[in-house]
Amino acid sequence: MTTYIIRRLLYMIPVIFGVSFIIFVLFNVVAGDPAPLLLGKHATAQQIHDLREQLGLNKPLFAQYMDVVKSAFTFDFGRSWATRQDIIEMIRQGAWPSLTLTIPAFAISTILSILLSLVVAFYRGKGIDLTIRFLCIAGQSISSVAYILFFQYFFAYKLGWFEISGYEPEFPIFLSYVALPGIIWIVLSLGPDVRFFRTVILDEIYQDYVRTARAKGLGEITVLLKHVLRNAMIPIITYVVIQIPFLILGALLLESFFSIPGLGGITLNALNSSDFPVIKAMAVLSSIAYIMFSLLTDVLYTLADPRVKLK
Amino acid sequence: MRLLQQPPAHISGEILFDGVDLLKLPDDQMRKIRGDKIAMIFQEPMTSLNPVFKTGAQVAETLMLHRGMDKKTAWAKAIDLFNEVGIPNPTQKVHAYPHEMSGGQKQRVMIAMAIACDPKLLICDEPTTALDVTIQKQVLELLRGLQEKHKMSMLFITHDLGVIADVADDVVVMYRSKMVEKDKTRAIFESSKHPYTKGLIACRPDMGANPKRLLTVSDFMDEAGNGLKVTRDRVQVFEKDYEAKNGNDILLEVKDIHTHFPIKGGLFGRKVGEVKAVDGVSFQLKRGKTLGLVGESGCGKTTLGRTILRLVEPTSGSIFYDGKDVTKMGQEEMRLLRRKMQIIFQDPYSSLNPRMTVGEILTEPLVVHGLGGGKNERLDAAKALMEKVGMKANQLNRYPHEFSGGQRQRICIARALMLRPEFVICDESVSALDVSIQAQVLNLLLDLQQEFKLTYIFISHDLGVVNFISDEVGVMNKGVLVEMDRADRIYKQPREEYTKTLLGAIPKGLPKNIEAFIS
Repeated sequence: MTTYIIRRLLYMIPVIFGVSFIIFVLFNVVAGDPAPLLLGKHATAQQIHDLREQLGLNKPLFAQYMDVVKSAFTFDFGRSWATRQDIIEMIRQGAWPSLTLTIPAFAISTILSILLSLVVAFYRGKGIDLTIRFLCIAGQSISSVAYILFFQYFFAYKLGWFEISGYEPEFPIFLSYVALPGIIWIVLSLGPDVRFFRTVILDEIYQDYVRTARAKGLGEITVLLKHVLRNAMIPIITYVVIQIPFLILGALLLESFFSIPGLGGITLNALNSSDFPVIKAMAVLSSIAYIMFSLLTDVLYTLADPRVKLK
Repeated sequence: MRLLQQPPAHISGEILFDGVDLLKLPDDQMRKIRGDKIAMIFQEPMTSLNPVFKTGAQVAETLMLHRGMDKKTAWAKAIDLFNEVGIPNPTQKVHAYPHEMSGGQKQRVMIAMAIACDPKLLICDEPTTALDVTIQKQVLELLRGLQEKHKMSMLFITHDLGVIADVADDVVVMYRSKMVEKDKTRAIFESSKHPYTKGLIACRPDMGANPKRLLTVSDFMDEAGNGLKVTRDRVQVFEKDYEAKNGNDILLEVKDIHTHFPIKGGLFGRKVGEVKAVDGVSFQLKRGKTLGLVGESGCGKTTLGRTILRLVEPTSGSIFYDGKDVTKMGQEEMRLLRRKMQIIFQDPYSSLNPRMTVGEILTEPLVVHGLGGGKNERLDAAKALMEKVGMKANQLNRYPHEFSGGQRQRICIARALMLRPEFVICDESVSALDVSIQAQVLNLLLDLQQEFKLTYIFISHDLGVVNFISDEVGVMNKGVLVEMDRADRIYKQPREEYTKTLLGAIPKGLPKNIEAFIS
C-alpha cells in the first residue's frame, strides 16, 4: 500500500505539468494579451510595454509555462494584479470563512442523507419511501436562488433568527453568520444525496449475501446496518470524497448572496476583474486537491472493502 | 423459510414444520426458526457470502444470534465447524475473506454456517451447480456425512438428476409450478409415470451411450402436456458413427501454443511473474469434426479457445487455419478470416446487447463486414436463420430480455452463423441452460453442423455433454492438454490419472439405456 501511495504521488508530477500546460494555454494563448485589458482603452503603447515587462509577459513562452509549473510546486503564485496582495495570503484569509461554512454543512448533510436513505430503504415501496422520494424530487426542482432569497427574507429579515449577511471570524459569533447559508446548503444537497444513496443501498439489498443474512434469522435492521451498509460504502465513499475538493473552492453563490468574504468571493472577483494570477492559482490548487482526494478515495476503499488491494 | 417478500409474493396454503404452520408465525418467531431449526444453502457460493466480512465472523454471527454465545466462544465454535466441513487450516481460514477462498471452500463455509445450530431441516438449493465435478463430488459426500451425523432432514433442490440419484430417498418432480410426480428415487428412475419425468431422465447426455441425437422433453410430451409415444421412427438415437462424418483434411492445427498473462507489481508495475494459462498445447482438428475440450475451471480451456480466435494474443506458438498461420496475419487478413471463425459464449444473458433488437444483433456482423447487400436483404437472411435455429422470423424486432435463456442461446447461435462461418467455438454454450433446454440446443448444434458443414471446438466442464457432441475429446489440466483421443475411447479407456479422476467424479445416477425409452 505504501508503494502504491508513493507511486500515485509520483504520478502527480506529470499530471501537474499537464494541468499547468492547459491553464497556461487557456490564459496566455487563448485569452489574448491581458495588458491592454488591464490598462483600459486610453493606454499608450509605452504603458502597455512597461506593464507587459512588469507582469513577465515579454518572457519566452516556455519560460512563462515553467513559471506556472513552478508555482504549482512551490505554492508561490505571486501577487494579485487587481489588489497587489500576495495571493497565497489572500487564499489563507479567504479559507477560514469558506471552510467554516462548507465543512460543517457538508458533514451534516452527508450524515443526514445516509440516515434518511437507510430509513427510506427500510420502508422501500411503502408510504414513507414514496413521500420522501417525492419531497426530494420536488426540492430538487426548485432553483437554488429561490431558496436563498426565500430563506434570507423569511428567517433572517422577517423572523430575525440569523444575520442577513456579513461575517466575523471569531468562534461563536461566526455561527450566526454561517448557520443560514449552511442550512440552505443542506436543504439543497439532501435531494440528490438521498436519492443516490437510496439507489446504492437498494442495489445491495437484492444481493445474494443479504438473502443469506436473512436466512440466518437476522432482523431487517441488523441486515441493513451491518451487512448492507458496509457493502454500499464503496459508491458512497466515491460520491462523498470527490465532493471535498469543491468545498475548498468555496460556495460561490452562497458566499456572494451572504457577503461572506470566502474563497468563492475571491474567485468571483478575480473572474470579474480578469485577475489572471488569482484564477490560475485557484485552478492549480483545485486540480491538486482533486488529485489528492481521489487518492484518498482509493485508500479509503481498502478500509471499506477487503477485496480491494492497492499494489 | 419465508424469505420471499410479501407482497409481491402471495402465499397461501400451509407449511407444517414440527406441527406448526410456519405461514401463521409472527415475524420474530419465524426469525428464531431461520438459521436455527431450518437452515439453507444457496446455489451461488460466490455471491452468497458477504464479501466484506471474514468467513469466520459470518459463521460466528449465527451462533451469537441463536445460541447467545459471546464472541470468543462463537469464534472457537466456528473453528470447530470449519474443521468439521473439511476446510484445511481452520484456525487460519476463519480469518480469510470470501474472495480469498475457492468456490468449493466457500460452499463449505456456507455449509458450516447452515449446520452451526444443528438444524432439523437443511434446505439445499442447487448447492453444487456452480462447482466443478470433482468439487461437487466432495461437497455431496460431505453433505451426506453431515446428514447422518446430525440426523438432519434434507430438502435438495436441483435440476441435475444424476445428483438426485446420488443423494435423495424420495423425489418430487416439478413442472410449470406444479408437482407432476412423487415417488421413491429408484421408482422415479425405473418406472416414472409422467412424460415430463421420462423426458428429463432421457435427455441427460449419458456416458454409457453414444447416441446420434439426444431425446428431448418434447419427444415425450406435447405442448399441452399430453404424453407422446416415443417410437423408433420418430427419433434418431442410434449409436453414432465416428468415422462417417464428412471431410478428412485438416482445418486447424495448433502447434505448441503458450498464452501467459503477466502479474504486475512493485513501484513501477514491473512484471514480477506470470500466469501460464495455456502452456504448450498442440493438436489437429479435421474439417467437419467436433473437438471437445474438458477440464475444471481455471485449466485454460477458455483461454485456449480465445487464443485460437486471436481474441487473446498467444505468447508463442503457431495456429494454422486452412494452412495459413493465424498468429502472423495482419489486421486486414485477420478481418477477412473472422468471417470464417465465430464463437458462441457461455452466458446468453450477458452476451447480447440489451439495447439492440434481435434483428440489429443478427445483422450487425454483416454490416461490420460489409456483406449481405442492403438492409432488407440482411434482414431476410436474419429471418431465414431465425427459423433455422427454431425461432420465429417475426421476433426480430424484439429485445433480448423478452426471451428465455434457451431462446437467447439460439439467438447467440444464429448471430454466430450469420456470416456463414466454417469454424465455430462453443465456449460453455449450454452450461447456463437447464438439462431439457440443453438437449434441444445440443441437437440444434448437431443439425447445424450437418447443414452448414461446420467444424466445432466445444469447450465445457460437463463431461457428459462433451462426450455426446464431440468426435474427439481433449482433457486439459493446468494449461496443458493431458490426453486427447476419440470421444468414446476417452470415456471407456482413459489412460491418464487426471482423466480417471474427472470421470470418477461424475454422479453416476441410475444409468438407464436410452433404448428403454423407445417403444
